[in-house]
Amino acid sequence: MTTAPALRVQRLSVEFRTRSGIVRALDNVSFSVRKGETIALVGESGSGKSVTAYALMGLLDPAGRVTNGRAMFGEIDLLAASPRHLAAIRGREISMIFQNPRTALNPIRSVGRQIADVLVRHAKVPSREAPLQAIEMLRAAGITDPARRAWAYPFELSGGMCQRVMIAIALAAKPSLLIADEPTTGLDVTTQAVIMDLIADLATELGMATIFITHDLALASQRATRIVVMHAGQVVEHAPTEDLFAQPRHPYTAELIAATPDSAANLDDLAAIPGLLPDLRRSNLPPCRYSERCPRKIERCAQPLPQTTINAEHVVACWNPLPVHTLPKRAIGAA
Amino acid sequence: MTVLLDLEHVSKFFPVGAGPNQLARFKRRLSGGPERLPKIYAVDNVSFVINKGETVGLVGESGCGKSTLVRALTRLVDVSDGSIKLGARELALKPARVFARDRDRARIQMVFQDAGDSINPRFTAFDAIADPLRRLRHVRGKALKDRVEAVASQCGLPSALLSRFPHQMSGGQRARVGIARAIAVKPDLLVLDEPTAALDVSVQVIILQLLQQLKHELGMSYLFVSHDLSVVRLLCDRVLVMYLGKIVESGPARAVFERPWHPYTQALVAAVPRFGGAATERLRLKGEPRSPIDPDQNVCRFYGRCPISASDCKTRAPALRRFGNRHVACHFAEEFVVQRISPGL
Repeated sequence: MTTAPALRVQRLSVEFRTRSGIVRALDNVSFSVRKGETIALVGESGSGKSVTAYALMGLLDPAGRVTNGRAMFGEIDLLAASPRHLAAIRGREISMIFQNPRTALNPIRSVGRQIADVLVRHAKVPSREAPLQAIEMLRAAGITDPARRAWAYPFELSGGMCQRVMIAIALAAKPSLLIADEPTTGLDVTTQAVIMDLIADLATELGMATIFITHDLALASQRATRIVVMHAGQVVEHAPTEDLFAQPRHPYTAELIAATPDSAANLDDLAAIPGLLPDLRRSNLPPCRYSERCPRKIERCAQPLPQTTINAEHVVACWNPLPVHTLPKRAIGAA
Repeated sequence: MTVLLDLEHVSKFFPVGAGPNQLARFKRRLSGGPERLPKIYAVDNVSFVINKGETVGLVGESGCGKSTLVRALTRLVDVSDGSIKLGARELALKPARVFARDRDRARIQMVFQDAGDSINPRFTAFDAIADPLRRLRHVRGKALKDRVEAVASQCGLPSALLSRFPHQMSGGQRARVGIARAIAVKPDLLVLDEPTAALDVSVQVIILQLLQQLKHELGMSYLFVSHDLSVVRLLCDRVLVMYLGKIVESGPARAVFERPWHPYTQALVAAVPRFGGAATERLRLKGEPRSPIDPDQNVCRFYGRCPISASDCKTRAPALRRFGNRHVACHFAEEFVVQRISPGL
């Protein structure tokens, strides 16, 4: 594996102006992805996972504004690039798999044509050859009878098949970075496993960096080499997958692991995370947005968030991180 | 153990080709073709019991007929065939519309998948919980108010929230309203259709623990429908695995998930993501399920997708056979049973 980062996000902050005030959706989010590597952004709803992806793709809602930060994709800062420049990169260099394929696909265009569109626009395929290549893409995405299915409209296909079409579209131009936003949410576990295998296989084949966004900690643990844990728009912990589960250092990460059903032998072992997400419209948000629900809060938590480095790969944004080995043993892969 | 609900040979078919396809039907009739419409076998000859105080899980992929089965046994739709007995009383013959006003309606209640969609948006939490009490138990006035508040607090809803509308509540609060509404009339059987699918893990834990606690307090039976096997494993005593309208495996939840015998259950369990393990188990299902429209009754429903798919499987459909306290519908069940029971093999 090469160590050159495919994408380096530094101190990304995003705000949304709403009628009820400014929502501080992202606060100094930093992480990087190396070439050929899969990382996972995990967190509960409202943690800012999807906003991060949309900000990187330049697809934020008009009410949203990047207030700070850089996202270096090679030599290009995605956050400062002109819309035209970005439009040329999107779909060609960086592409995205959206959460709900049925709403992300064009309902009045056959799936084969939607893939052909991308091939013509981004992969410089002559328009006469595009339909045939689109069929090949469908075959590569594991669709049986692709020549017939290419003429189908999204409503004629099952959820799993629509997701395969999304994958074919996202990978049509052989991008170097793929952002997969909850690609299997709403699919059956059997389909989920097949789709995740497919993404992983194609990523390996193309040497693609993948940012995989999910709320499923167990799925992330299986599919990513590194995990970025988000809470209320902040990155709380960033670690190689094994370290994160063997030794979570941020109190929120530990709580999240303990709340996941896969970790428990019975229902009483599961622990709910106390408190609620803070209201991101508040002007007096504490520097650590977890501090108000944190059992390990100390006075220093009122100071700006630290980036405590445990080792070169493991970073935790906490003044009072968990000491080594306090997590009950069952949570460490005893499922 | 006393049997609460007994389903025998329950089937539910839906004709296809009716409705928008009238023209095709007309043409077929003109050409002297068969009059009979093709049917979707959503639920095909399913039998099982739910005992008093038991939690039964029902798992299977989307389109396997879980929801149709649940709608049939809660008597929201009529069955095509079979018997549904609640205690000694046969319910299958009563049309769903009539059953809606039946005295036993209150004994089977349901918590729907997405509490946000299943609560009338123009009802406050109070109205939502009061509705079944008014209709089924004819509670009025002060007694109604007291009962609603009692149920709400039992479900962890502060009474200040009762005047709110669904859109003013969080997902967890709406889930609580959905549960409070269902248990308000003190049912014997509570059917839960993916009650935590829309919730974050931290909220899911709270709702699951609430359900567990309510079960102890009220002594209800649960039928818990879910595709999240890790939740079913924690909550359920027994599990039924469904595939294309048929039950393919059943047994104690823990045993079934630790040592699945049916090839479909094996693939299902292998597909569940687990902590710590890389996705190395490459037991994957190829392709799509067979068509549920007029399936050949002599072919195993799992044939073609099943890694075994032997010649026997397409000439003779396997019946659900009993092995101790478990049931499996597979010709090759013995191999798995022996293989898994004897250690070291």
